[in-house]
Amino acid sequence: MALRDHTRFFLNDAYVELADVPARRTVLEWIRQDLALCGTKEGCAEGDCGACTVLVGRIDPAGDLVYRSVNACITFVASLDGAHLVTVEGISSDAELHPVQQSMVDNHASQCGFCTPGIVMSLYADWLDNPMPSVADVERNLQGNLCRCTGYQPILRAAQSIADYGDAADERLNTGRAAMRDKLLALRDRDRVVTGTGASLAILPRGADDLAEVLLEMPEATIVSGATDIGVWVTKFLREPSVMVFLSHVDDLDGIIVEGDSLVIGARTSYSSAEAAITRHLPQLSELWSRIGGRQVRNAGTIGGNIANGSPIGDTPPPLIALGATLTLRRGGERRQVPLEDFFIDYGRQDRLPGEFIESVTVPLPQAGEHFAAYKVSKRLDEDISSVLGAFRLRLEDGLVSDIAIAYGGMAGTPKRARQMEAVLIAKPWTRATVDSAAQALPFDFSPLSDWRASSEYRMIAAQNLLVRFWAEMQGMPARIGELAYG
Amino acid sequence: MDDLLQRQALDRLRDDQALVPHESAHKHVTGRAEYIDDMAEPAGTLHAYLGLSAHAHAQIVGLDLSAVEAAPGVVGVVTSADIPGRNDISPAGIGDDPLFCVDRTSYHGQPLFAVVGRTRDAVRRAARLAKVAYRALPHRLTALDALENGGNVVAPGMVIASGDAGQALARAPHTLAGRMTIGGQEHFYLEGQVSLAIPGEDGEMLLHTATQHPSDTQEVVARVLGLEANGVRVHVRRLGGGFGGKETQGTLFGAVAAVAARKFGRAVKCRPDRDDDMVITGKRHDFVVDYRLGFDEAGRIEALDAVFNARCGHSEDLSRGVTDRALMHADNAYFFPAMRVESKLLRTNTVSNTAFRGYGGPQGILAAERIIEEIAYALGRDTLDIRKINLYDGADRNTTPYGQEVHDNIMARIVAELEASSDYRRRREEILAFNRSSEFVRRGIALVPVKYGISFSKKLMNQGAALLNLYRDGSVHLNHGGTEMGQGLHTKVAQVVAHELNIALRRIRVTPTATDKVPNASPTAGSLGTDLNGMAALDAARTLKRRLVAFAVETFRVHEEQVSFEFEAVRAGSQLVAWPDFVEMAYAARVPLSATGFYKTPHIHWDRKSGRGSPYLYFTYGASCSEVAVDTLTGEYKVLRTDILQDVGRSINRDIDIGQIEGGFIQGMGWLTTEELWWDKEGRLRTHAPSTYKIPVASDRPRVFNVALAEWSVNPAPTVRNSKATGEPPIMLAISVFEALGMAAASVAGYRFASRLDSPATPERVLMAMERLKREARAAG
Repeated sequence: MALRDHTRFFLNDAYVELADVPARRTVLEWIRQDLALCGTKEGCAEGDCGACTVLVGRIDPAGDLVYRSVNACITFVASLDGAHLVTVEGISSDAELHPVQQSMVDNHASQCGFCTPGIVMSLYADWLDNPMPSVADVERNLQGNLCRCTGYQPILRAAQSIADYGDAADERLNTGRAAMRDKLLALRDRDRVVTGTGASLAILPRGADDLAEVLLEMPEATIVSGATDIGVWVTKFLREPSVMVFLSHVDDLDGIIVEGDSLVIGARTSYSSAEAAITRHLPQLSELWSRIGGRQVRNAGTIGGNIANGSPIGDTPPPLIALGATLTLRRGGERRQVPLEDFFIDYGRQDRLPGEFIESVTVPLPQAGEHFAAYKVSKRLDEDISSVLGAFRLRLEDGLVSDIAIAYGGMAGTPKRARQMEAVLIAKPWTRATVDSAAQALPFDFSPLSDWRASSEYRMIAAQNLLVRFWAEMQGMPARIGELAYG
Repeated sequence: MDDLLQRQALDRLRDDQALVPHESAHKHVTGRAEYIDDMAEPAGTLHAYLGLSAHAHAQIVGLDLSAVEAAPGVVGVVTSADIPGRNDISPAGIGDDPLFCVDRTSYHGQPLFAVVGRTRDAVRRAARLAKVAYRALPHRLTALDALENGGNVVAPGMVIASGDAGQALARAPHTLAGRMTIGGQEHFYLEGQVSLAIPGEDGEMLLHTATQHPSDTQEVVARVLGLEANGVRVHVRRLGGGFGGKETQGTLFGAVAAVAARKFGRAVKCRPDRDDDMVITGKRHDFVVDYRLGFDEAGRIEALDAVFNARCGHSEDLSRGVTDRALMHADNAYFFPAMRVESKLLRTNTVSNTAFRGYGGPQGILAAERIIEEIAYALGRDTLDIRKINLYDGADRNTTPYGQEVHDNIMARIVAELEASSDYRRRREEILAFNRSSEFVRRGIALVPVKYGISFSKKLMNQGAALLNLYRDGSVHLNHGGTEMGQGLHTKVAQVVAHELNIALRRIRVTPTATDKVPNASPTAGSLGTDLNGMAALDAARTLKRRLVAFAVETFRVHEEQVSFEFEAVRAGSQLVAWPDFVEMAYAARVPLSATGFYKTPHIHWDRKSGRGSPYLYFTYGASCSEVAVDTLTGEYKVLRTDILQDVGRSINRDIDIGQIEGGFIQGMGWLTTEELWWDKEGRLRTHAPSTYKIPVASDRPRVFNVALAEWSVNPAPTVRNSKATGEPPIMLAISVFEALGMAAASVAGYRFASRLDSPATPERVLMAMERLKREARAAG
């Protein structure tokens, strides 16, 4: 098998080959420190402010070159192999501002200017295929971009006026897309890439079989895909994983297929890639989906990663548990199935063997007669971590609860079913009285922690009330502020 | 030539209509605007990183830095022993704020030492290798904790008293008492603290630093290095946001870089990580306000007696000015026949709280609005009615508790116009009806006025200076003491000069703020940047004009009145000379083409001891009306609509002013809603990055957001072009959101009780307030 000892990609218009970049080197450090491309800023170094937003173009499993915004601060250089990185320096010349930039200037959309290049890049990314965004589009697009000066109002105006300054169809990344796609395809040698030094090794397996092999050899390696979590381990906790296995070329773990009554989601599928399928097959999750991280995080982060890291406050496990999802885990050539709820053993402990990885998650879709909802509660509506997340799946027969699954995040050391609450509901009439008595059972399921996100008391009351909301919505009662139209 | 004329005409049009973009906008959007971390580093630049204490209050019994020094990439360490001058970075030089703590730590995260090395990555890692032995001492984390345990203060409090509050309370038909907790706020400037120190000849130090107060940084760094002030130059091109967080809090990083640069004889950069930045630097003061209130049947305030307990942190910093301003705004826009307010500046084992946009004013005004809410709910009235009957008005109800007359009172007009334009009355009725029929979602609305005093209460700070250099080609180099942090100060001051000289704005280049160009400058704070520096620049421009007029009189043999500055040209009698030609002629005639300008604010005085004076040159007036929807199951909420009417006098740059209002409002909303600072029991700040500390994002904006200026307002005070300050007042406009949340919450108990929300009104606080209100309603039957 062929090995390649250097990383190859495009940065703006230039072809780049790197052999000696440590595995934990971030894109932001590299462009700012090594290349003095200082337009991209560091605001937080944890993927939460968007000042470092850049675009990464990759060829997706369907063969299309897709550009997505990501946070350079928690993206590793090694992961860029075969990609096209675009920074703010790459979108305009000295002589002329880009339409996005001119619209920002004319709308007074910058004040201190520090968040501005990142905002320009986020607007630019969206504009490439959405030249006339609605207010909601812009807000969703900017969830991951903090501005402390403008109050966002002029940025919204700018975003909605870009079309007055230029046509997205004429944009370089659009007109040059076919040519760049060819260049990137030409870089695909299907070699395993091994770069870095002995102390800091980056391995990019060629595909899932190669990944299985690598992990058998090095079971302690850290698997990195979107790096939205591991990036923070490195930039904040200063961890130095000795071997990082990047999934950039493991395309066979990407994508969603419908198999019978289930969705089978490849572990490497990003939240953004999954969005269309989720909206179509699980519309009950589409609001929650748009509140996972900010757009940059959804573009990078993967569903497999959200599960594998075992966080008690990950956004996908509670709804997937309520739906009865199963994981397919693979070690070498062996595969096994584990119900998702059993995967989370305890805080920081998952049922994953050394050398094993998540291949896919199989999600049974709600059937006719089943009701399903998931509610995220957080201090700030968008781009925040859940205080409590409740997911509910229920079947009624003759007015009685015949099947019920309730799972919560943020209530314990792991995402977990509310078995006592379920027990009160089963076989009971689906009435407010039943719901209230079921809510009383929740303290027997959970003793949540108090921390900076929420107190134990609040978590309990909110979690109980989410069941009330589920009931109320089934009765057709308005129970969510998001539904309150304003005219 | 036609092109040139057309361009000139356009330039003039743009200037006149004030349609001038921010002077750096084109660089912001391309990433070419240079911040300190973007500057090319001098060869051999080293990086400094701070080692922090792991105890809120402890004796340091051992500090072993051997592992730090031995770490890869490390060149050495810097401790208090390396400080050539005084180990004191307090702004007033009173010795209560060491650069490196020596024997005792007084907050969790206080700097103990710095490690210096070849890369920032290397020193960040090395800083964690220190072995520190502590002997823990008891710590006081909150204002109440400090109050109940000896009440140690960082500085004496202040009292403002007018009338006899005690007697008035005893006589009042209605009295009530309460407590309000007002949260602090992290500045969250997007560009973190950063300094680059470059050592020069004879011990001199050049410091590039992100500060709102270059001359304070100069003074502190000189003190630490044991130099006279002329040994330190501080240069500031721009800040990536300040909001008060870079008034005194940046000096620490500048001083560390300077001490290290001195020790190693090389340029040193010091840039903390965001988490360390948030842990090490001070924030908006949080308060606990205890109040007793008297009012009459009609809802008129009769008396207030209140104590404002402020968490000041471990040192004084700017706490005196901040808490003074809180008391001086505890009236907001209302007349208090009798008032006694007192501040307690409590010392705690937390980071030293500091300036933050509004400087205590927001906390004072929030407390005043609590008072209004109490009266309205006690009497079962609309809060707006209570607000309106208590506004300052007429001859006998227009003196503030500290003795200043409110002369140019336009508040009633602002409130009336906003009440009409926001359709407040109809919407409130509709909301009351909605709430009667909606079980889970409730709405609330509030219209809140904001009066805000403009000037530093410390009289000596009310001065500004500028330097204007005119070159032979007619181009202008403008420098003044203010710093550009996004507020558009350089743009506005350049506009003022262009307007005065009657030349195209593009001829003017504003250069980095520099202590060696304009000395002894006041901080860019208190919304005063344009008021002070604009007037100083105007003064310099007038000096130049006087010289140019004298030159024209002599050269063209005309009378003074025959000389006029027309757009891009000077007329002398029948001669019209293009501006560059005229300047070249003046140069040839040996006219000095460089001038300084100066300004000091007239008519102000303040005596802190007696709590009396007339500290403000003028007031700004504004009002906002907000409507919210609250989810009664979770406490989550959404701002549905906000209408703002703000007085900015005659605007110098309308777009910049509106930008200040929109941005200030959202920042204020963050303070009152989702921005929560959370310390654990050990005194560790656990909300120290954007992942845990939540400032507003785009979708938090009101669904409908109408901002208007009171176009008819002209500042009667002698300010630059009769404009008014705009930086801070909009923060407080966000109180309407907080009050609307209060109304929505109160609906769960039929509006029988004031919701007495504490800030920040996170979803949790809103839900818990509603739970409490339901209990109170049940108990009351």
